[in-house]
Amino acid sequence: MKTDNFKKKTTNNTINLAAWTFAWLAATAFARFGPMFIWDISNTTYSGLSIGLTFLVGIGMVLANRRFIAGQDELQKKIQLEAMAFALGIGVVGGLCFASLDQANVITKDADIGIVVMGIGITYMIGIIVGTLRFK
Amino acid sequence: MKNRLKVLRAEHDMTQADLADALGVSRQTINAIEKGKFDPSLPLAFKVSRLFKQPIEEIFDDKE
Repeated sequence: MKTDNFKKKTTNNTINLAAWTFAWLAATAFARFGPMFIWDISNTTYSGLSIGLTFLVGIGMVLANRRFIAGQDELQKKIQLEAMAFALGIGVVGGLCFASLDQANVITKDADIGIVVMGIGITYMIGIIVGTLRFK
Repeated sequence: MKNRLKVLRAEHDMTQADLADALGVSRQTINAIEKGKFDPSLPLAFKVSRLFKQPIEEIFDDKE
């Protein structure tokens, strides 16, 4: 009763997700730094096109992530779900607190969305590590 | 939930990786089930049952 090769499928899905994530990262960097180093900041056509490209590649990354999650087994999905719930909670609660701190002028810097995204990413990674260790 | 997965696996001379491959799950999942840290879904329990040709209730025991 040999099923399909789970390990191979997971590896392929992981490589696929890594490739899309890298492509999205490169497209984001291109859109962010292009107006500063490649074309003139007043050229909104290039800026708009590069942001559009980032969006399209981002959709590819989201679909790759969906495929990655769908290909995991039930324990891995449980770990992912708990990590995502943790990251989403921290993202909403922490992000809104961060914005409130900015609006109330408690912090001197602007509430940058990049910091919230970084916080979500770190929380998600911690969630995955804790979940993996919990079921070890 | 207690189970006899480790015993059955040993009887069939299978490693955790062999069993994981046969069931289409990760080795980590087999390890977690054997240690009682994770309860498998009904479809996975049926797969185990079919693989070892034993009724589910003889493999998994829900009594504390």
